[in-house]
Amino acid sequence: MPRNGLLIQYDWCTGCHACEVACKQEHNFTGGMVGIKVHELVTVGPDKVHTDFIPVTTRFCDLCAERVKGGEQPACVKHCQATCMMYGPVATLAKAMEKQPRSSIYAPK
Amino acid sequence: MAKSKEEKVLSTLWSAGCGSHGGCGCEIFVKDGKVTRVEGDPNHPFNQGRLCAKGLALPQYMYHPDRVTHPLKRVGERGEGKWKQITWDEAYDTIETKLKDIRSKYGAESVIFCQGTGRDIGGAITFLMYAYGSPNWVQVGLAGHACYTPRLGAMYATHGHYAVADCSQFLEKRFEDPEYVLPKYIIIWAQNPSAGCHDGFYGHWIIDCMKRGSKLIVIDPRSTWFSSRAEVHIQNRPGTDGIIALAMLNVIINEGLYDKEFVKKWCYGFEELKKRVQEYPPEKAEEISWVPADLIRKAARLYANNKPSAIQWGEPVDAMPAGSVVSQAINHLWAITGNIDNPGGNVIARNSHGVTTYPFSSAELTELYGADLVKRLNEKRIGANDYPMIKGFRGWVQPDVLIEQMETGKPYPVKAAWIQTSNIIGGQAADPRRHYNAMKKLDFIVCVDIFQNPTTMALADIFLPVCTICERDSFRSWWQPLGVSVKAVDEVGESKSDWDINLEMAKRLATTPIKFNTVREIFDDRLKVGNTNFEKLKAKGGWEFPPKGDKTRPYYRYEKGLLRADGKPGFDTPTGKVELYAKRFEEWGLDPLPYYEEPKEGPVSTPDLFKKYPLILTTGRRSPVFFHSEHRMVPWLRELDPDPVIEINDKTAADIGVANGEWVYVENPRGKIKMRAKVTPTSHPKVVTVPHAWWLPETDGKAPNLFSTWDHNVNNLTSMGNQGKSGFGGTNLRSNICRVAKIKD
Repeated sequence: MPRNGLLIQYDWCTGCHACEVACKQEHNFTGGMVGIKVHELVTVGPDKVHTDFIPVTTRFCDLCAERVKGGEQPACVKHCQATCMMYGPVATLAKAMEKQPRSSIYAPK
Repeated sequence: MAKSKEEKVLSTLWSAGCGSHGGCGCEIFVKDGKVTRVEGDPNHPFNQGRLCAKGLALPQYMYHPDRVTHPLKRVGERGEGKWKQITWDEAYDTIETKLKDIRSKYGAESVIFCQGTGRDIGGAITFLMYAYGSPNWVQVGLAGHACYTPRLGAMYATHGHYAVADCSQFLEKRFEDPEYVLPKYIIIWAQNPSAGCHDGFYGHWIIDCMKRGSKLIVIDPRSTWFSSRAEVHIQNRPGTDGIIALAMLNVIINEGLYDKEFVKKWCYGFEELKKRVQEYPPEKAEEISWVPADLIRKAARLYANNKPSAIQWGEPVDAMPAGSVVSQAINHLWAITGNIDNPGGNVIARNSHGVTTYPFSSAELTELYGADLVKRLNEKRIGANDYPMIKGFRGWVQPDVLIEQMETGKPYPVKAAWIQTSNIIGGQAADPRRHYNAMKKLDFIVCVDIFQNPTTMALADIFLPVCTICERDSFRSWWQPLGVSVKAVDEVGESKSDWDINLEMAKRLATTPIKFNTVREIFDDRLKVGNTNFEKLKAKGGWEFPPKGDKTRPYYRYEKGLLRADGKPGFDTPTGKVELYAKRFEEWGLDPLPYYEEPKEGPVSTPDLFKKYPLILTTGRRSPVFFHSEHRMVPWLRELDPDPVIEINDKTAADIGVANGEWVYVENPRGKIKMRAKVTPTSHPKVVTVPHAWWLPETDGKAPNLFSTWDHNVNNLTSMGNQGKSGFGGTNLRSNICRVAKIKD
């Protein structure tokens, strides 16, 4: 069975945190436990200051194993307000990544 | 999880729970009578399956242990935090007796009806208020009415209707609709759209446009995610947006970049505007705003030369000195470039199908209640006689006049308050201490809310528990589509919906019999103008767009005679044109043309004071996980934004000896609060930004602490009484001053 993962085109991530709360709701995580976390990245360029957000999966991400069995997208992918996440076999994601700058693939399990 | 056994209810999120201005279609999953999950509805054109953090946290909000689920009566002194659970009958009996007694002694106008921001409360509260007979509908403490109303008033004066950046939200097929054209440029003016759905505009529509090729011009004192991606970032001194807009008009007019045909055919007063903007060349704007003249020129040229382009603006525009005037100047940018009601420009936004959830304007009020009642209401409405624009546009009280009247009792005393979905002391009011002192003296106060908060704790005599959006029916017509919220589960505890409470109360208090027996009858009465009803909309999946040719559907309605009551082509203004020279402003005794007004405090107006308080303080920085003062008690959200944070430039912080993460005092002549420093180059060296409405629900709720509101609510550094000539704008929410110092303990 191919390994699944998440392709995140992080250039579009606005830092809205919907993925994190979607994850908590789906798994009923409490006490700060979460399967994905968004980090702010501030860099100073020659003419302006840049703000980016980088979502990273954590050790608690199970790619919504139960949920995807029913044919649904992982909760974070579905609710991402910037629609910048894709779920699928890592090889497929890698192919899509060739056309998408500033992105990363996570294969959490 | 055996999800197949769950029931799925399709609904529209708006109001308590998700909090925001809303419109998102959602799927509410229910099992054994409880909401298990709330997700986005993929078939709903508004959000297309997505949902924000606040919507997704709804189950934790609904079943929160601190939620008030029974009516309460205060048994100690106000603020002592001593409550007794009572029945609804006892609560209603007490309220009925008190409010009838006050009405017979002091008149119905002595009771104010107070709401928070514009959500599904507006219909319910005005319904009750007009039944009782009071004209005083108010957002208490909202200085200068600085939340959308100044912008709406300026648009009404200029072209008779409101206009919104077109991100295809008025079309069912959205970006796929062949009628739609993408904006070439979007100007984001003083807003961080990704933090919410401000004024009913789903912020991520901007990202949808960017992905398809729209470019950005960002006007914001702060560097943001959007400014990082903008072709032009105008990082202006807070409060100077008016002169930026005027200088852009200057460039567009003097360089002949405006839409000459549109101006000739559809605009009134172009020569007067042309003359006026000669006072505002980009070089003058540079001196005042810190923005290089050439950057202003570049922004003006890009916007005017690339049609269609759209402008999406935020609340700070309202909070400028003379807020309605700044709005007018920005409005003229889309007017003279012909970017009005065209695909990809600023489209005229009307309530879907012509349905209103509550009477918005004086015109609507007249239609609903008759000219006689409106006349009587205006005679007593607080502030209406001081400000013709307050009287002539919308049925609100002017909040700066209200606080004075509460203190002086003149021209008549305020005796009681019905406060529904409004945290006055904890976030809505400028100078909350002044409001606390004035309102503490009222004879009787009812609070209708979900949780205890600084306001309910400080003031309530009776607390009525209200339910969340998942536990009630409601409907929404704020632009489009027309949608219903569907009750998915029974109310938690004994809570009730705002509409249920207000109908039951109105039946007891009304001076003439209420013609509706049920809330559903009221909804269907409001919806009938759209040839539909609640059940029909619910059966369709909860929403419907107006049919083709409907006057609430774009585009180019001014050519088709769909904007004016007389059916003639043109705009709904006295001249039938877009009034660059606003006849309505003239009628209200105001300058009919836009001009620049300097903030009352700062480097230009008060240079000596500015030496003592050398930073410009901008409040109201939005968090994507909170809505105003809501949600601080919801763990899933609070974990993401745990502290009230001041953003301060790294070099500025080093100069004053503040390190990242340290707690600081933020102080000005009006007070001092505590914030945690986030040291970041995204802040301008001379500007600090803070979020508004912070309180700590985990701390002592009793007075004097009141959930730490005095320590963390930045409105303690603001004041009332700075309103512009129109009664709108002019607050010190965005262009305030302060100094910052590390807390040494």
